Amino acid sequence: MTGPRDIHAYLAEFDDIPGTRVYTAARARQGYWMNQFAMSLMTAENREEFKADERAYLDAWPLTEDQKQALLDRDYNRCLDLGGNIYFLAKLFSTDGLSFLQAVGTMTGMSPQDYQAMMVAGGRSPQGVRSIREKR
Amino acid sequence: MARITAGVATSHVPAVGAAIDLGKTAEPYWQPVFAGYDWSKQWIAGEKPDVVILVYNDHASAFDMRIIPTFAIGCAERYGICDEGWGPRPVPDVIGHPDLAWHIAQSCILDEFDLTIVNEMQVDHGLTVPMSLMFGQPEAWPVKVVPLAVNVVTYPPPSGNRCWLLGEAIARAVESYPEDLNVQVWGTGGMSHQLQGPRAGLINAEWDNRFLDWMSGPYGDELRAIPHIEYLRETGSEGIEMVMWLIMRGALGRDVRALHRHYHVPASNTAVGHLVLEPVR
Repeated sequence: MTGPRDIHAYLAEFDDIPGTRVYTAARARQGYWMNQFAMSLMTAENREEFKADERAYLDAWPLTEDQKQALLDRDYNRCLDLGGNIYFLAKLFSTDGLSFLQAVGTMTGMSPQDYQAMMVAGGRSPQGVRSIREKR
Repeated sequence: MARITAGVATSHVPAVGAAIDLGKTAEPYWQPVFAGYDWSKQWIAGEKPDVVILVYNDHASAFDMRIIPTFAIGCAERYGICDEGWGPRPVPDVIGHPDLAWHIAQSCILDEFDLTIVNEMQVDHGLTVPMSLMFGQPEAWPVKVVPLAVNVVTYPPPSGNRCWLLGEAIARAVESYPEDLNVQVWGTGGMSHQLQGPRAGLINAEWDNRFLDWMSGPYGDELRAIPHIEYLRETGSEGIEMVMWLIMRGALGRDVRALHRHYHVPASNTAVGHLVLEPVR
């Protein structure tokens, strides 16, 4: 009923959404180890080991140098570009003691104060950020 | 015979769980979020369901990239609470109902819904936050739970129509269970929110409220026809969680009566929506 009949057309539409990386199979494959690394932070022992020497901990995983750097920099937009998924990366920002509100705001280019104020005022309007092609 | 007596829809924002766990529910920021659940807590205390079939999504907790089941039903005796990176939530273990869960799994598979059967897993905020919102902070949860985990993380998730049809199949399965059980179905997640990228923070109250209208109305034809791209464009990348509400709505049948409705922006990055529905037969 609602299922797309053409997987290529279905996937192509995702690139038309501004400021958004939909977690497709291509991203899931690219970011497999980045996301599995993040899963490893679900125990207190691993979080301690990671915090003690982040670089050494990351070197034990089959990540690209770009992926390691993005993780070290906590550059979450870059992590998404390299195949990360936010629910996996949440294990990293939780290790840092950040809430979803604090971590998510870092991807918007806004200050934490401005981002939180926008949310309290009702959030970001969908007006103008629905479609790049249709400019709506 | 077992019977489905009601449906509950609610967001499952992790910060809501943290606010409960840290005793912040009366703070001005949080009070309007929780006020919308006061009626529901009283209502469910009177309803005393035996079992909740709780539809939720696992947020890279029990399921990582190794295994990605589209629909997974928990058939275990009990479920521990997972550590999502800040330690497990201080809530009781969730007690399952393996007999009913296996019955649903078997019935649905014969009904051409090939559920993945899970006998060991921990549950995350997607399941425990709705429990806390509806039951507060008891020493033990007053219901048994059949967890139904839906993949809405890795694309493609199931279509809204597929979710609705699964709800119908679950209803048929429950109706054929011989024991007299009062069963509720809960659909969780949503409403509009985007947790990633420069567009993060998107909220669409107008769209959300139309969705709540449709959830409260008969038939569900409009709901079933919403394609993934519309959820993404209109409600943010994580708004796709709302397909899970359609499993609950499908399980209730053609006509429903809305007993309670609540909507509030924001909780953290998210629009909170909540409905209590009962089937009209």
